[in-house]
Amino acid sequence: MTKAINLTLKVWRQKGPEDKGRLETYDAKDISTNMSFLEMLDVINEQLTLAGKEPIAFDHDCREGICGMCGAVVNGRPHGPEKGTTLCQLHMRHFSDRDTIFIEPWRSRAFKIIKDLVVDRGALDRLIQAGGYISANTGGAPDANAIPVPQASAELAFDAAACIGCGACVAACPNASAMLFVGAKVSHLVLLPQGEPEAAQRATAMVREMDSLGFGNCSNERECEAECPKEISITNIARLNREYFKSRFFSNVK
Amino acid sequence: MNWFIHTIGSSIGKKLLMAITGLGFCGFLAVHLAGNLTIYGGKASFNSYSEHLHALEPLVTIAEWGLLTFAVVHVLTGAVLFYQNLKARPVRYSVNKSAGGRSLGSRTMPYTGILLLAFVIFHLINFHFADRTVTTIYAIVSGAFKHPAYVVVYIIAVAIAAVHVSHGFWSAFQTIGANHPKYMPLVRTIGTVFSLMVGIGFGAIPVYLFIFV
Repeated sequence: MTKAINLTLKVWRQKGPEDKGRLETYDAKDISTNMSFLEMLDVINEQLTLAGKEPIAFDHDCREGICGMCGAVVNGRPHGPEKGTTLCQLHMRHFSDRDTIFIEPWRSRAFKIIKDLVVDRGALDRLIQAGGYISANTGGAPDANAIPVPQASAELAFDAAACIGCGACVAACPNASAMLFVGAKVSHLVLLPQGEPEAAQRATAMVREMDSLGFGNCSNERECEAECPKEISITNIARLNREYFKSRFFSNVK
Repeated sequence: MNWFIHTIGSSIGKKLLMAITGLGFCGFLAVHLAGNLTIYGGKASFNSYSEHLHALEPLVTIAEWGLLTFAVVHVLTGAVLFYQNLKARPVRYSVNKSAGGRSLGSRTMPYTGILLLAFVIFHLINFHFADRTVTTIYAIVSGAFKHPAYVVVYIIAVAIAAVHVSHGFWSAFQTIGANHPKYMPLVRTIGTVFSLMVGIGFGAIPVYLFIFV
């Protein structure tokens, strides 16, 4: 059943990285509850453009929850109040008529704001780069099951590899820590034989890079796993800790 | 040893320091509570516990210096982590809302920590550094808890300690990497039970002395 609601939006507007930025208020009138959150922003942007004003800049791409591009903090919750969804998967039926919605960008020293709700998540790319390579044979397609992988390990690795790199864990963490992201990346490689040979090097390099990028320290608040659109568990953070200690205390990695 | 300094200086290294020293304090709290229970046996029982404990010299002095070292490491590392975590988000959110991950303990860790530090100093001045040449420890303790103000301060302090431990105990296991599908529920339960034991166990003593002695 289609319903239309009226909302008040308080949106973070910031012209550029150097601008101070402020919350601005917009009326969102006659919003269909079948719309997604991003479609609602599209409607607002149409209206702003027609009125000769600057539209709200926000990141988006696939709009089906798999690319990791979209994301904003909605009423204090990264990707909004629904569990296990990205912002593009959030629908307006979860809001009521005359609600006020605060929309803010990811906030972290490591994520500079480019414009409005768009942040530079290049820090996550630098973490991936610091992770380095894995040992995979090139050439013809390898035979199936040439490298035995227990099904349970494959499942755990895949749970971690479900990370789409959206940055919600950093946004949700009271300390703006990237431990869930790094934990997921370290876990999905170390759980498979292909990622095992470089495990020690990878754990040390990624933690070192994470510290240098200005992320906060994990204090096990568990907000990250509660907000992660892919519901990645903090057991991956414990695994990162183990891999880091193994690398620091029991390997040759300096 | 350069690699070692770098390791404990890293974010995970600092957490490891917090976890090890924190678990050390949990062990201390358990022993301290067990010893304190002798106060229910009366004057002779408590004074005898104190005498037997101090008969273990120089072990007691070594343990005290160990605890002091742990305290310095725990407090300084905690302060650095707190400062770094504040700096990691220079612009705060206008609206903050929990997704259900945080607990009363986890969100107040730095604040309960600083209050506990103040309490520990107050507690040591009261009882540890009190002049025991002319009086007994039982007389000092039972004398102190004749005052309602002392009873209230101690109850608030042990409640704060219980809140701190409620997050600290399981968090230490997570930090050292001991998160296991079979044992983690048990660790979390022990953490909750232990924090209740700390709160009720230490909190009941001032009340008992105030009412019955």
